[in-house]
Amino acid sequence: MNIVMTQADWLGLFQHFASLSLLGVGGAITTAPDMHRYLVTQQHWLDDAQFTSSIALAQAAPGPNVLFVALMGWNVGLNAGGGLAAGPTAWGLALLGVLVAMGGIMLPSTVLTYTATRWAHRNRELRAVRAFKTGMAPIVIALLIATGWLLTAAHDQPARDWRLWALTAVTTAVVWRTKVHLLWLIGAGALLGALGWL
Amino acid sequence: MSSLPSDPGAAMDAAPSQPRSKTDLFLSFTVLALQGFGGVLAVVQRELVDKKRWMTREQFVEDWAVAQIMPGPNVVNLSMMIGGRYFGLAGALAALSGMLAIPTVVVLLLAALYGGVADTPVAQGALRGMGAVAAGLVTATGLKLIGALGRNAMGLPVCIVLAALTFVAIALLHWPLLWVLLGVGGTGCGWAYVKLGAQAADHGGHGTGGRA
Repeated sequence: MNIVMTQADWLGLFQHFASLSLLGVGGAITTAPDMHRYLVTQQHWLDDAQFTSSIALAQAAPGPNVLFVALMGWNVGLNAGGGLAAGPTAWGLALLGVLVAMGGIMLPSTVLTYTATRWAHRNRELRAVRAFKTGMAPIVIALLIATGWLLTAAHDQPARDWRLWALTAVTTAVVWRTKVHLLWLIGAGALLGALGWL
Repeated sequence: MSSLPSDPGAAMDAAPSQPRSKTDLFLSFTVLALQGFGGVLAVVQRELVDKKRWMTREQFVEDWAVAQIMPGPNVVNLSMMIGGRYFGLAGALAALSGMLAIPTVVVLLLAALYGGVADTPVAQGALRGMGAVAAGLVTATGLKLIGALGRNAMGLPVCIVLAALTFVAIALLHWPLLWVLLGVGGTGCGWAYVKLGAQAADHGGHGTGGRA
């Protein structure tokens, strides 16, 4: 798709991501519905397929999942420049899109987190600070296990998905109890899947 | 691994090792991020606690609690906290750019290549397999960290009840994260505040650092 991005549009893109930055407790992905509303439904800067593949690709790729925001910026820039095949101008706009989108989503949360955590570290002997960390510890550990559960439960057809569940269970046991390098496990999962055994 | 410490105060304050420089931070977090398929946390725990020993398991849980509560990507928050602790703002920025710079380039390259193979059964199958492994990685990370609760001031039984409530609310009932953090988390923090106060009163004057 082709779009036109004015300076005001770029600023709007930055502001939108910046406004979502502080709402992303539990990860920027929790604000994805609002990004969809703005980028796809309201502004028509991305189509549905670009939006969805930005999220899917960033989750499959190495690195923090927040990089899906970089891909959204990249795609907005490419759309403004006439597509990947249009050459260096389009690539430049795509890179601008990456900087604007990532700058917006990262800047406010980063400043707040850095300031707050430095304060908490300087005051780590305060009873309130210690109570916070002590009280939250069991909750955040449970959240990790719940995340694993939710990822598994997303595949909910036993007849087809039991092999996936088995792979998850084996991986859990192996990582819990051994020191096997994690990349071997990722590679094994990719291989099993590519061979069609899952 | 999960034996009770004889000197809890010392174990809390000193990690066995630490990053050597800002370059070390940048490179370490770049390498960590590039190994993180389907989430970086499992790699971070494995590398920083088990291998590099920049932090103990207990420190990791405490920092992770803060990183998770603050807005922004959890693992990026954690990297900034570690960087900032050793080298101030410059260290935080080094860790942050390690987490984001090279991985962004990689994800963009993948995006450029993606169009050609996205719909093939092989690529779809590989993604399915990697997703199942990623679910196992995060689960195992949680299970390993349970051991750190043995030294929690609230006591293990209370910790297990709070953890079970959280799991049920999020995984089975699908309640919004914010409610669970405020409800169950708030209860935990309040209870911890009371227990820490009682502990300080018990220990009064001994100055043991009160972590038992």
